Amino acid sequence: MTTAAPSRDAKAGPEAGATGAPASAGRRIAGALLHDWAAVLSTGFLILVVLMAICAPLITAITGYGPSDFDAAAVDSDLGGLPRGAFGGVSAEHWLGVEPQNGRDILARIMYGARVSFLIAFSATVLTTLLGVVFGMLAGFYQGWADQVISRVMDFLMAFPSLIFMIAILSSLPAGNRSVLLVVVISVFGWPYLARVVRGQTMTLVNREFVEAARASGAGAGALVFKEILPNLRSSLIVMTTLAVPGYIGTEAGLSFLGVGVTPPTPSWGQMIASSVNWYAVDPMYFAVPGLFLFLTVLSLTVLGDRIRAATDAGEAS
Amino acid sequence: MARYLAGRIAGLALILFMVCLFTYLIFFQLSPDPAVMICGKTCTPERIVQIRTILGLDEPFLSQFRDFLVGLFAGRDYGSGANLIHCPAPCLGYSFQTSQSVWEMIVDRLPVSATVAVGAAVLWLLAGIGAGLLSAVKEGTWWDRTLMGLALGGASIPNYVLALSLQYVLVVHLQILPFPSAVAFSDGPVLWFQSYLMPWVVLATGYACLYARLTRANVIDTLAENFMRTARAKGLSPVLTMRRHALRPALTPITTIFGMDFAALLGGALITETVFGLNGVGKMAADSIAKNDQPVIMAVTLLAATFVVVGNVVVDLVYTGLDPRVRIR
Repeated sequence: MTTAAPSRDAKAGPEAGATGAPASAGRRIAGALLHDWAAVLSTGFLILVVLMAICAPLITAITGYGPSDFDAAAVDSDLGGLPRGAFGGVSAEHWLGVEPQNGRDILARIMYGARVSFLIAFSATVLTTLLGVVFGMLAGFYQGWADQVISRVMDFLMAFPSLIFMIAILSSLPAGNRSVLLVVVISVFGWPYLARVVRGQTMTLVNREFVEAARASGAGAGALVFKEILPNLRSSLIVMTTLAVPGYIGTEAGLSFLGVGVTPPTPSWGQMIASSVNWYAVDPMYFAVPGLFLFLTVLSLTVLGDRIRAATDAGEAS
Repeated sequence: MARYLAGRIAGLALILFMVCLFTYLIFFQLSPDPAVMICGKTCTPERIVQIRTILGLDEPFLSQFRDFLVGLFAGRDYGSGANLIHCPAPCLGYSFQTSQSVWEMIVDRLPVSATVAVGAAVLWLLAGIGAGLLSAVKEGTWWDRTLMGLALGGASIPNYVLALSLQYVLVVHLQILPFPSAVAFSDGPVLWFQSYLMPWVVLATGYACLYARLTRANVIDTLAENFMRTARAKGLSPVLTMRRHALRPALTPITTIFGMDFAALLGGALITETVFGLNGVGKMAADSIAKNDQPVIMAVTLLAATFVVVGNVVVDLVYTGLDPRVRIR
């Protein structure tokens, strides 16, 4: 998309920059994705999980078991609380089985866990993208001392062993709202990776003819940034953010798995996997269900991001 | 060159200093009073005051931090008179939990982390670059699609999920491997290999998948270059064109990423070590965080940051050697 847009910008002025090319690029990418069975399958699975998350209260109303409802009848206290029935207690009432010992419905916990996971991952993506774009563009556009300061801060944040630090911060900070805390911590350590790319691309864009032309025709810094540079960053931003979401879902699950993320009673996939560790030898379903959901969600998002990138690259090459 | 190096080392020292200051600020100032924790259950106010004095916690923040830095380079003394404890130079303090010297704890556990990191690195370099090369050479074929599909899948599986699945299948169900533990090489090479095999595989999987994709992309880009056409045109065999002309430009960027990944891993593979109960630096970090053992958290963060920052400089230096087009100014 960048190859066509610049020449038109240069001739028609800043107003024409944002229209035309992106819409057709979006349609082309969507068309390419529709012809790819892996992308279609991934999208299908993601829609299913998102629907499950949105309709969680509705579905739990139908099954009759909420995420924190104990069901003593579904577990066998003589066997140390193992679920009754095959495959971890799968039955008409508990579609994906129950947790050992307290008999909480796994489906309900998966659905409510998906809510938490998606909410945190998407908020973190929005916040990182915002921070990354703002600081990356500031550094790339103004260069000089602004670039020096921002680049040093990025070096500093990237030198941190982020996982150790995230865990340490999360465990030493007072309880409070864990989800907000997770989003903030993930974003603070996440934005430099995006900002670095934005900075580099802005630096090359600033010297392109169409930006110089706009500058010569009297466009202010704001107009240059928002009408000339930002539209040209769009495709790489889309690719980077789609590839960031699965990463953040994984990070959230990992932190919850380690016991510093989302705290009980709020369900989360990572937490479910952590509590299944003691049971997986006798009740593998308890581990397999959240494990599979986590794996398939991350996989679907990764495949989708990968295919979007391939489609974008193909568009840029043509 | 000397000026460049001096500049890099100064930058490195600055970043490490900032990491140090930031970590110290967060863990010693914002978290619960360590004196209360050391004191334990049977505790008197006098005892707490005494501990605070010995550790220097009653001093203002900046002088505490200065003492910490001095201790790092010159060693420091805790307490006075008969209770005097001398902590020799690289002094990272003593664990609040076990009263062990933190430096000794790290030295004890580093070999386990290094074993995990080196084994995994060998595995992921072989598998990742091998798969990437095969995919690139056979671009568009069944091989390529299968390998790249696997790479996407492998990159998506969280390592603790992979760890637990492997453990279930190989240890609990099929019983062909022992439960992983930090067996020393001297206890028998076979047992050592078996014990570390799963941690290596688990840790290597994610990286191998990433490297396979990177290698493939780089090799395909290189194969499209003009000098490759020239090499083929002058009659070099495909194997020789690959080995002599394609591999070096295609794999040079990989060394950069490898250096950074490996350096980061030396600071401990936290999740893998915790899941498998391997007593390395990563597990030490997790344990110390769970028990709020601030000197240990501080030390592990600093150690990992040092590896990352030094790794970064080393990578840049190696890169200029590998790729003469990059000039140091």
